[in-house]
Amino acid sequence: MSDISEDSVRHLAGLARIDLTNDEVTHLTAELSKIVDVVATVSAAATDDVPATSHPIPLTNVYRDDVVTDDVLTTEKALSGAPEHDGSRFKVSAILGEEQ
Amino acid sequence: MAKAKLMDFDKALELFEPVLGFEVHVELNTKTKMFSSAPNEFGGEPNSNVTPVCLGLPGSLPVVNEQAVRYSISLGLALGCSIAPSSRFARKNYFYPDLAKNYQISQFDEPIAFEGKVDVELSDGRIVSVDIERAHMEEDAGKLTHIGGATGRIQGAEYSLVDYNRAGVPLVEIVTKVIYGAEADAPELAKAYVATIRDIVVALGISDARMERGNLRCDANVSLRPRGQEKLGTRTETKNVNSLRSVERAVRYEIQRQAQILSEGGTIIQETRHWHEDTGATSAGRPKSDADDYRYFPEPDLLPVEPSAELIAELRAALPEQPAERKRRLKAEWGFTDLEFQDVVNSGLLSELVATVSAGASPQAARKWWTGEIARIANAADREPTELITGAQVAEVQLLVDEGVLNDRMARQVLEAVIAGEGTAREIVDAKGLAVVSDDGALIAAIDQALAAQPDVLEKIREGKVQAAGAVIGAVMQAMQGKADAARVRELVLERAQA
Amino acid sequence: MTDLTRHTAAELAAQLADGSTTSVAVTQAHLDRIAAVDGTIHAFLHVNPELSLAAAAASDARRAAGKPLSDLDGVPLAIKDVLVTTDMPSTSGSKILEGWMSPYDATVVTRAREAGLVPLGKTNMDEFAMGSSTEHSAYGPTRNPWDIDRIPGGSGGGSAAAVAAFEAPFALGSDTGGSIRQPAHITGTVGMKPTYGSVSRYGAIALASSLDQVGPCSRTVLDAALLHDVIGGYDRHDSTSLKDAWPSFAEAARAGAQPGSLKGLKVGVVGQYSGEAFQAGVMTRFRESLEMLAAAGAEIVDVSLPSVEYAVAAYYLILPAEASSNLAKFDSVRFGMRATLTGGGTVEQVMSATREAGFGPEVKRRIILGTYALSAGYYDAYYGSAQKVRTLIQRDFDHAFASVDVLATPTAPTTAWKLGEKLDDPLAMYAQDIATIPANLAGIPGISIPSGIAPEDGLPVGIQFLAPARHDAKLYSVAAGLEALLHAQWGGPLNSQAPDFDTSSRTQSTRGGA
Repeated sequence: MSDISEDSVRHLAGLARIDLTNDEVTHLTAELSKIVDVVATVSAAATDDVPATSHPIPLTNVYRDDVVTDDVLTTEKALSGAPEHDGSRFKVSAILGEEQ
Repeated sequence: MAKAKLMDFDKALELFEPVLGFEVHVELNTKTKMFSSAPNEFGGEPNSNVTPVCLGLPGSLPVVNEQAVRYSISLGLALGCSIAPSSRFARKNYFYPDLAKNYQISQFDEPIAFEGKVDVELSDGRIVSVDIERAHMEEDAGKLTHIGGATGRIQGAEYSLVDYNRAGVPLVEIVTKVIYGAEADAPELAKAYVATIRDIVVALGISDARMERGNLRCDANVSLRPRGQEKLGTRTETKNVNSLRSVERAVRYEIQRQAQILSEGGTIIQETRHWHEDTGATSAGRPKSDADDYRYFPEPDLLPVEPSAELIAELRAALPEQPAERKRRLKAEWGFTDLEFQDVVNSGLLSELVATVSAGASPQAARKWWTGEIARIANAADREPTELITGAQVAEVQLLVDEGVLNDRMARQVLEAVIAGEGTAREIVDAKGLAVVSDDGALIAAIDQALAAQPDVLEKIREGKVQAAGAVIGAVMQAMQGKADAARVRELVLERAQA
Repeated sequence: MTDLTRHTAAELAAQLADGSTTSVAVTQAHLDRIAAVDGTIHAFLHVNPELSLAAAAASDARRAAGKPLSDLDGVPLAIKDVLVTTDMPSTSGSKILEGWMSPYDATVVTRAREAGLVPLGKTNMDEFAMGSSTEHSAYGPTRNPWDIDRIPGGSGGGSAAAVAAFEAPFALGSDTGGSIRQPAHITGTVGMKPTYGSVSRYGAIALASSLDQVGPCSRTVLDAALLHDVIGGYDRHDSTSLKDAWPSFAEAARAGAQPGSLKGLKVGVVGQYSGEAFQAGVMTRFRESLEMLAAAGAEIVDVSLPSVEYAVAAYYLILPAEASSNLAKFDSVRFGMRATLTGGGTVEQVMSATREAGFGPEVKRRIILGTYALSAGYYDAYYGSAQKVRTLIQRDFDHAFASVDVLATPTAPTTAWKLGEKLDDPLAMYAQDIATIPANLAGIPGISIPSGIAPEDGLPVGIQFLAPARHDAKLYSVAAGLEALLHAQWGGPLNSQAPDFDTSSRTQSTRGGA
């Protein structure tokens, strides 16, 4: 059985910055418990002698040259999708707490 | 903010052993960013040096800058590290508005360089070996400006503005192992360590290393352990330390602050603290807690970095000399006394002298400028000498002295004008008409005038009282409004006496 | 005059080349078809007839000047909304990106434009490609042209339905666990997931970076191959892009369609993909196709992929983990929706409220699951183990491909189900991907082509072929070989047998993202 509780769902939602309603927390707790029970079966197959694969096609040392390209956006284009800006910078509401 | 109550430093050292650790972030001076082909440039219009990658736009993908990898390997080698045959990027997940993707591409359990050692020289010449745990590649965040509220700081601000020009600038983070046994040298070691890192990256040519611009940033971890106790104390991590002087002051401050709290029976909170240059104090930041769950996992958009043995050998062969070796060489080349050389090293001005000498000034002249006039001006302005002026600018002033265009007093005047940003030394000389009068005829006329007012001076000189010439020289300098070469005036006066 | 929408892309290209039609005529015919049927089907989230006709007119001008950009210059194309476009909104089926205009084009879109293809519009999809039915689109579901009360598959139900309903000759899709192939199976069309790295992901709004791959959707194998030739190949913007020199897939498809091409082919039949999870009609048509292959000289061999038993579990750890990180950028700062809070709120509160309001339930479910799988203390057991399963599945494939040229499976266990039927049962929905997921985990190519109609419900079913990584051309050749035999039997593509759906009974559904 999984250890998914309403509290852990709330904690995860906090980490993921999603302001879940109480109803959603209740639903997700039930659903995730079932899903986690199923997906947890992977640990049965994953023995110590098996290496992990993070990329399906192995490549290494994929680099680009240190050259500026035409991918650079104008400030206007950079800001074009912003919900709010001051003409050159993106605007956000006050930040809680201290800088990181 | 109110300065915390501080225990006397010596008393703190009696009761506690300071334990240190440093995380230094070095911004690499590549042409483009770590994962995007946007220019890596300081300044510029906000959000003008960005691609879709820097903004984390939907669908955008990172691609690694090869030069940044080469620079990182060189730095790892210069720090005496082993270079990982295979290292990987990882995502560090946390939400913050200056982090475009809300994850930072960094390295986690597979850094490019690990297990190194840096020799750090203290002011009395003692060498302290600092063990390096790792050096890893990552990307910088954007820049937040807090608007509204009284202080321009984050608390009380009404809103914030985000500029992503800095987002994605390549960084190498150098992490030391825990440093024991620094004792009363702890603040000085902190400063000397960061200065050494700075010297290394400058010598490698991989970073502009200007602390005031954030090219080089130090987070200082400080904890205190009561004498006789085995268990380490709780540490704080002081950020925002943007000058060598601040590194020293911040570590000293934290030792005194923590000692006071512990001696009063209080506890140290594990937290991030911010150094404030203006008040000379640290303030509490974000508490570190178990909630810091960064959910690291291998970056699926990037592939492993596997430098070949040939590449590592090539970069190793191209390494500049070690700082200690370099110091020995420079001291010999410049012919400085122990005292003179140590003075330069302790002021953190070695690289500035190298730059000044390579621009044509004599080592002694370069030394006098940096440790004398420039240090004095910096001190008065509460700034770092390196923020004020470059070696090339100093050399230009000195060359004007060497050419006989300026005398010492005028040179100081020109230097101040250069620092004030009034132009190049030559421009200032031209603009202010600040050249010494080199026409002997004009000088002789002024000398004649001065001698007429003080007729007994020539006699005194002839009697062997050479110092009597001083009065005439003074009068001539005054008459010439300082634009005379005092040494030449003296020569002319002495010639007259012998005539 | 024949109905231009009934022609394949290859046929349209030929007619454009010989001057018997124009791009404006072809484009207008498809726009008319969209106007007539899309109120019912809802395959498109956005169409802009003016823009499409302008592109078509430009194409005709190039033809007239004797300077077509490619053989396909002037042929219309539908684009899945997961791909960013500068001239049409890109929402990835989500409210959080409603109306968002990208300042750059996805590489595949750039390449399509550079070949002169005419974009018709953006197609519907499950939000951020999370789903197997297109019911998770924030803009309402797409309906299956074979039965408008049923789902068209997902996540690329819009692209598949657009092609199946003759609204476009071909379309771009993306496949993370079957989002191109399963809708192809469900709608009686062709869908190809290329080798990972064969097609650039730059500008494809990421779901799971190590699994996502862009590919073609069409009614024939040749059309898929033609489109793959246009969009494929190395792209400096995508680190995982392969530098291989790819052969012409269209040539491979044409050669495969020739009689005798299947002779001596070794086809492995995966034992794990049979049994009670698979609908009878799906298995009937699958076995018939195998018999047809055998009759054409192919050798059918039984193979086993023992670790695919864990594939769905591994997939539903890797995907949510990567997605939870990829979707963190939707935070209301640089683009997309921003929730308004009384009193303003802190940026943290605004972000949380935006993501609460902007993401649908399936997206939230997977983000929370992925956050859990990556969180401290669970990484090794979940994400770490899932990555090991990936290794095991790759080994299974390596082993199988040592003795066969391609593998064959039914593409998905069932035919199209009724809208709403599996919405409350995420695990039942996830099980639909059982046969398609392993190719994504291993990075190998997979193609689904129609194999017939299930006798019990009259709905189309597909057969999937898998080949070793980089052997995409082999898939086009084999699929074209079987397709030729099936078309000969059916007297044409399967979709010409589709019942005509009634376009009058439904009210026009609202267009999202416009």
